[in-house]
Amino acid sequence: MATEASTSSSDFIKNLGKMYGTYTGGFIAFILLLALLEQVGVPNKILGYFFVFFTLAVYAIIGVMTRTAQVSEYYVAGRRVPAFYNGMATGADWMSAASFVGMAGTLFLLGYDGLAWVLGWTGGFVLVSILIGPYLRKFGAYTVPDFLSFRYGGNFARFLGVIVLVACSFTYVTAQIYGTGLIASRFLGMQFELAVFAGLVGILLCAMLGGMRAVTWTQIAQYVVLIIAYLAPIVILSTMKYGIPIPELTYGRAIAEITAREQQMLATGLATAASLKPHIQPFINYSPLNFFAIIMCMMVGTASLPHILMRYFTTPSVREARQSVAWSLLFIFLLYFSAPAYAAFSKLEVYTNIIGRDLTAIRPWLFNWGELGLIQICGKNAATIDAVVAACKAIAGHPGVVRLQDFVINTDVIVLSTPEIAGLPYVISGLVAAGGLAAALSTADGLLLAIANALSHDIYYKMIDPNAPTMRRLTVARALLVVVAVVAAATAATKPADILAMVGWAFSLAMAGNFPALVMGVWWKRTTATGAVCGIIAGFGLCLFYLVVSRYFPGAGVKYFGMTSLLNPVTGAPVVDLVKTMALPNAMESFPTLAHPLANKVGWFNLNNIACGLLGTPLGFAVIYIVSLLGKEPSKEMQDYVDEIRKPRGRTVLEEKTT
Amino acid sequence: MPDSTSLKQKEEAHWRKTSRLMWTHLGIWFFFGFIIHMFVEPLNKIVIPILGFPLGFYMAAQGSLIVFVVMLFVFARQQDSIDREFGFAEDD
Repeated sequence: MATEASTSSSDFIKNLGKMYGTYTGGFIAFILLLALLEQVGVPNKILGYFFVFFTLAVYAIIGVMTRTAQVSEYYVAGRRVPAFYNGMATGADWMSAASFVGMAGTLFLLGYDGLAWVLGWTGGFVLVSILIGPYLRKFGAYTVPDFLSFRYGGNFARFLGVIVLVACSFTYVTAQIYGTGLIASRFLGMQFELAVFAGLVGILLCAMLGGMRAVTWTQIAQYVVLIIAYLAPIVILSTMKYGIPIPELTYGRAIAEITAREQQMLATGLATAASLKPHIQPFINYSPLNFFAIIMCMMVGTASLPHILMRYFTTPSVREARQSVAWSLLFIFLLYFSAPAYAAFSKLEVYTNIIGRDLTAIRPWLFNWGELGLIQICGKNAATIDAVVAACKAIAGHPGVVRLQDFVINTDVIVLSTPEIAGLPYVISGLVAAGGLAAALSTADGLLLAIANALSHDIYYKMIDPNAPTMRRLTVARALLVVVAVVAAATAATKPADILAMVGWAFSLAMAGNFPALVMGVWWKRTTATGAVCGIIAGFGLCLFYLVVSRYFPGAGVKYFGMTSLLNPVTGAPVVDLVKTMALPNAMESFPTLAHPLANKVGWFNLNNIACGLLGTPLGFAVIYIVSLLGKEPSKEMQDYVDEIRKPRGRTVLEEKTT
Repeated sequence: MPDSTSLKQKEEAHWRKTSRLMWTHLGIWFFFGFIIHMFVEPLNKIVIPILGFPLGFYMAAQGSLIVFVVMLFVFARQQDSIDREFGFAEDD
């Protein structure tokens, strides 16, 4: 099914190491050059623009150079991407703006409980490799709905697959474009809407002409930028503080210091028991049920997200698909096991150099962020010393030193401010911004392609016009890509309130909608089309219902569906008084009233709505199992196809017209 | 081409071994993804010498992750050798 590789393209594969090696060297030289420029007095703003536009230009050049007019190149990069490089591309595909910028901040705020996200966003790759990915590669699909359609009797299953795919990918891609806007506006002082537009152009240049092929080779370039950018500040900081350039080893000592300092702060009245959440103490932000539910949903969600699964369609063999999952996780691991170090070093800095300090002696790095409203002291933006002093004076009985309860920090600041905390030159801050952009853009590329491919391949080619010639298929694919990108960017530009929470929802929705049908389709021959279709509808439906009701119609949830208040993980008391809030005049109000007093605070079994996949997935499995047993066994032919999927050797099951 | 009954038997034996490998790795995954973190409080009483991490925290921040990475490389090899054993592996 792979088209015959021309000599020039096999040379291309052979030279990958040299090319990306040179590229990485060039990028490091570029950083050093900018560092030099900074020393001779080039202003920060110019340096920042250099970083952003140089990296964007490189991605765009790769995107244009790898354009293609072949369908199999456009959809699955010709199935020629070696395991190692596909792993790198998957790493960039996977790690979003939220991982790069938000993860460390979450760990800063939640301490141990935040590790649910670290575990959840890594362990899922085990499931990808042992349960699903390699089998879909053998099957020979272009998209996940392709498999559902073939295995489960046609276009209705395909259509359901597309619905699930769009439901979990669209909000996710919007969040990435929003992320580009946020990073560029915070870091470079660009206007938010302008930054969103620049991000959009960057994404389109990468993805439009070359589809999967172009996205693959740019994602590898983006991985290099993002991992250097993430590790550089923390490695330097670790070397400065502890003399060892491996922060993952040294932050253990920082944690010990934090724990000691926490006791001291309590003893000296700098923190109250209510405001202090000990860093290593488990289950004070999430109840054990929710902690493990988040891990489970993120892991299983990983193994169900179409934009991740489709990366393993691009390897030359099933064997390489498996190796590639291992490489992916290794590359992802490099970032995720460093994130807790960021959190620990930042927390130590805040606890020792801000909390307990006299108001007039606060460290100056903080004012840049205070000005943007990202750090508040005594309830006001910490823009200047005078502002802080004035704000704290207004509080009766304030001791004149910063107490823990006076201090509020936006989680995005943790990664972005680390270079300044360490007193590093601006060039490192610019590098971090470029890394954050790379993370957001690469994930956006992958998601956009997943959506546009589902629309062009599954809806247009398979359902509307199966006789469409290649040229028209590619034209439609590109046109849809532009349309989806523009709609996503337009949505992001309105700064929708729930956008970041929706990324978490995507995992649960993907898990409930895809996981049972994909796993059963490979691992249980007896699974019937009717069973799978019912299972997808039931599982996805229940998950979506739980999300929408508890978020947007909480009053109805309480009144009609028996939802109760979530419980405080420490005291076990309800977080809202249902009787009192239900008596309020707006209790039954719903979307778009976003500030509903019950929103996200009610549910069943004290389960956070972000983990709704934990309700939908077991139901999906059960429905598929029961309905399948009630129906007739799948045809002998279909069972033979399943046997074929299970054996790496031989041709792919699905044969696409490629010319 | 071998006759179809022996191919069937080979397919079944191959799948039995593949399934066993799947359950083994799923078990390890579940242990390091969930079970071990249920014991975080007692594990936190143990502090890793020199590095200073409480063990429970360390397992969630790094230990389990390292296990997952290693496990995936091992799994890729094991599954490949099963495929080779039955002649179902792709040509190198």
